[in-house]
Amino acid sequence: MIDGAGTMSSAPRDSARTTGLVFNIQRYSLHDGPGIRSTVFLKGCPLACAWCHNPESIAPAREFIVAESRCIACGECREACPYGAATPGTGPIPSRNADCDFCAQCADACPTGARELIGRQMSVAEVRDELLKDAIFFAESGGGVTVSGGEPLMQWQFVEELLPALRERGIHTALDTSGYAPLERLLTVAARSDLVLYDLKGFDEARHIEYTGVSNASIHANLRALDAAHANIWIRVPIVPGFIDDAEDLSRMAALVSTLHHVTRVSLLPFHGAAERKYERLGRVNRTSHVDPPTAEQMERSAQIFRAHSLPVHIGA
Amino acid sequence: MTQRTDLLRRQSLDTPPSLSAERAVLLTDFYEAQAGRHSVPVLRALSFLHLCQHKSIYLGEGELIVGERGPKPKAVPTYPELNCHSAEDLRILNSREKTWYRADDECIRAYEERVIRYWHGRSMRDLIFAVLPPEWHDAYAAGMYTEFMEQRAPGHTVLDDKIYGKGMLDFRQDIARSLAALDFLTDPLAVDKREALRSFDIACDAVIVFAQRHAALARERAAAEQDATRRGELHAIAEVCDRVPAHAPRTFHEALQYYWFCHLAVITELNGWDAFNPGHLDQHLLPFYERGLADGTLTRASARELLECFFIKFNNHPAPPKVGVTAAESGTYTDFANINIGGLLKDGSSGANEVSHILLEIVDDMHLLQPSTNVQLSRRTPDALLAHALRVLSKGYGFPSIFNADAVVEEQLRQGKSVEDARAGGCSGCVEVGAFGKEAYILTGYFNMPKVFELALHNGVDPRSGKQLGPRTGEAASFTSWEAVFAAYRAQFRHFLEIKLRGNHVIERMYATLMPAPFLSVLTDDCVARGVDYNSGGARYNNNYVQFVGLGSLSDSLSAVQAMCFTDSSHRLALSDLVAALDADFAGQEPLRQRLSHKTPKYGNDNDDADEIMVRIFNTCVEELDGRPNVKGGHYRVEMLPTTSHVYFGSMTGAMPDGRQARRPLSEGISPVQGADRHGPTGVIKSASKMDQVKSGGTLLNMKFTPSLVNDGEGVDKWAHLVRSYFKLDGHHIQFNVVSAAALREARAQPSEHRDLIVRVAGYSDYFCDLSDALQEEIIARTEHEGF
Repeated sequence: MIDGAGTMSSAPRDSARTTGLVFNIQRYSLHDGPGIRSTVFLKGCPLACAWCHNPESIAPAREFIVAESRCIACGECREACPYGAATPGTGPIPSRNADCDFCAQCADACPTGARELIGRQMSVAEVRDELLKDAIFFAESGGGVTVSGGEPLMQWQFVEELLPALRERGIHTALDTSGYAPLERLLTVAARSDLVLYDLKGFDEARHIEYTGVSNASIHANLRALDAAHANIWIRVPIVPGFIDDAEDLSRMAALVSTLHHVTRVSLLPFHGAAERKYERLGRVNRTSHVDPPTAEQMERSAQIFRAHSLPVHIGA
Repeated sequence: MTQRTDLLRRQSLDTPPSLSAERAVLLTDFYEAQAGRHSVPVLRALSFLHLCQHKSIYLGEGELIVGERGPKPKAVPTYPELNCHSAEDLRILNSREKTWYRADDECIRAYEERVIRYWHGRSMRDLIFAVLPPEWHDAYAAGMYTEFMEQRAPGHTVLDDKIYGKGMLDFRQDIARSLAALDFLTDPLAVDKREALRSFDIACDAVIVFAQRHAALARERAAAEQDATRRGELHAIAEVCDRVPAHAPRTFHEALQYYWFCHLAVITELNGWDAFNPGHLDQHLLPFYERGLADGTLTRASARELLECFFIKFNNHPAPPKVGVTAAESGTYTDFANINIGGLLKDGSSGANEVSHILLEIVDDMHLLQPSTNVQLSRRTPDALLAHALRVLSKGYGFPSIFNADAVVEEQLRQGKSVEDARAGGCSGCVEVGAFGKEAYILTGYFNMPKVFELALHNGVDPRSGKQLGPRTGEAASFTSWEAVFAAYRAQFRHFLEIKLRGNHVIERMYATLMPAPFLSVLTDDCVARGVDYNSGGARYNNNYVQFVGLGSLSDSLSAVQAMCFTDSSHRLALSDLVAALDADFAGQEPLRQRLSHKTPKYGNDNDDADEIMVRIFNTCVEELDGRPNVKGGHYRVEMLPTTSHVYFGSMTGAMPDGRQARRPLSEGISPVQGADRHGPTGVIKSASKMDQVKSGGTLLNMKFTPSLVNDGEGVDKWAHLVRSYFKLDGHHIQFNVVSAAALREARAQPSEHRDLIVRVAGYSDYFCDLSDALQEEIIARTEHEGF
């Protein structure tokens, strides 16, 4: 089992019992590796990137979100909640309640699905079976499964068991990581993945700290070590106007990547504003609420910088 | 497009559809003079000859392929012998807001003074309605089913390769041989066969006469033509019309013109459903294409131009409008001719060729409403053809649709066809399988499954009228299990299905005896060999279909009943309370409606609980219908397709336990309820493939993609794999709308700026702005699969 901080106890290795905190399994995922894929998103991330498009992935614990637009104010959540009567006000109860122990009866009672519990403890076997549902599409398209987050290495023991459980069924696996984790965890999990999607979010350390909350020194060091150990790495760089779009900075990232030997693709991912509503529902501050997606020309200019270093760059995934 | 075809295309698009009374008046003249003087088949053939001799013929500026059904492009004739428009019908058609047909005073006067006077009470529709029993009329009026043959004749068929090796004079020799072989001593039907064969012979002659008139007109025009190039073209047209259809075609041009004369003949003789269809056009044309390139008489560009002229001919022919129309009702100009691209050859190898790609280029370039096109994708079909088709589809014009050619063969083998006939077959109309040139595969009507369930929840009473229409299968309060509810549904289902089938048998016998189709019989094996008309069972294969509608809506409703009324939960509800809420259309019970909509298992999410119910419903259709005999010596089969009936049926059906409010559209085809599928396209495909589609004669699955999903090479590759995967799972058909809901809303708001927006409806494509408001909303509400 994992606790709220996303670390695992050393329970016996049993796929029916080891669980992960999953916040979504996305089928027909087209931008997380080759072919048609299913991506399992694990909850919890040590970074808090300003442009995060999955803000519900950051907290390493379950949380409720309420889609206000779907709430019909019927008050059934209040009736179902053990603390409902004691909660001040009338009608729908707030999405965060100090006494809440995540019994989820409020979400169950919500007729419209406006109130949703984000994050579900799932066993390796449960997750594997859900992912195997699309095996025929993986086989047809050369696709497979991508483990993403959050930062999947926060739940490294779960991932370490999940990946072999998929590979023994012939499923291609990919790990999508920020690289911000102890090196041995990264290498252990990467060894169980056919592909590593490695995110780089700017070269300048000060700005990296400002935008993501952490230094990129270990991220760069881990990348070099990974390159020595793994044969298939895709570098992924989000292009976020005003945050990651500086030509000089992109060029230094490109220079770093060009020293590596096992990078088979560099993907430049255009920022999109689709997460705006998620921030509202989570009650989080969105630092990119006024950022427009990069233009096609801007993406092309960025791509040129990487091409200048003879890197196999793709716009989009 | 060339300058010529660009001009012809614009003329076709800009010409307003109109009604022409010419055919109706000619036919009335003929019947007044000749009815009762001949056997029925011979009378029909002579009436067809009369039309071919006397109808106005048309040869437009710049045309290379010639011939129109009406006196000019987009002038639509009427068929009073099948059903006779009232003057009021004509006025409504003239003035209604969408899918109108201009009917001038002269046309309306001709109807009032000549046509209606003769045909009122004599048309097939009048005769059919007069003899069908009251229970048939009651169920029909309640919206339990529709009936195809009250509006148009049995048709639903497609031509094979027979005309490319034989002229009408050759067919007349075949007919003469059959006549000579008749045994008047021991065959009790020999006299009937003689009359049928005589009618076939007259029909062959009529088409030759029709072509000769075009040859003469072309020569007349050539004599007056100043421009030497055009004069040469007109002479060439005259020579082509001299040659075909009397003789087998020798060139690409002759082959196309020959088919076109056959097409016009079939749709002039009668107004059969789905017009007519050249089938595997690319396969049929390939020998002419290769020969023309080899002997220097054809180039790729000139072949393409001829094909473009040919496509424009289809677009010049809007579907004949229905009778008994209302101003509110919209129809479609589409007449369902559906060209097959790719597919299999008789030896099982891929039929895709260079002409297949030319056809796709034309679809991409011309954006015509008609003809419809589909790609028959076998595991043997090269990826290049699929990639080409998807690139065209990604432009968002709703063409082509994609079929699983291997499943199409398997479905037909199950029906007992030979493997060669099955491979030479394909799909027509919306999604229907058939052995081209050898089968009468008749769609008999749509069947409203959710309405049947509504009656099962009301002890056989239609809550809309209060009438006891079905058997008393129990009040809602009396059901103690979900199985008991399903048993009541099944009993109601059988009851209404059998009413429908008894009605079909009456109608089919009336067509057999009163309304034979001699020319269509010449084109359909084995009518000539057997001496039996198409409408009497002369075809080699005779399958009848009932098209079931509302699979998703019914699955989700039965799933909701199971989850809410027969499963232990804190929200458990008595079925009688649920029915009371339905009767009130959920008034004052929005939370309940929301829970039904959002918190019960839904078909289309790869959820076994919901999908098993869908499978039960489908299997019930198969078990109750498949293999029942029809009156032509063939059998009934299941089809899952709605065209636009899911909107009509929805308007006749009250609130349902899946949370759908009264009068709203039902789900379409085998697609999930609009918006109920939440696990992406692979989830939908997995769900849909749990049904054993091979036991159907066609299923229809629609998906809506945002353009961003397929806007690059990798997106298109993954899309191709998605299609291939569905077909590995024995899916029959899949079709995509690549257009965002936002773009559709914009088109609704500003129709004048989006007149050319074509969308996939449910089995066919249509101008979005011509669709009824309800259908527009339904398409907007479909789940939109985005990129992730």
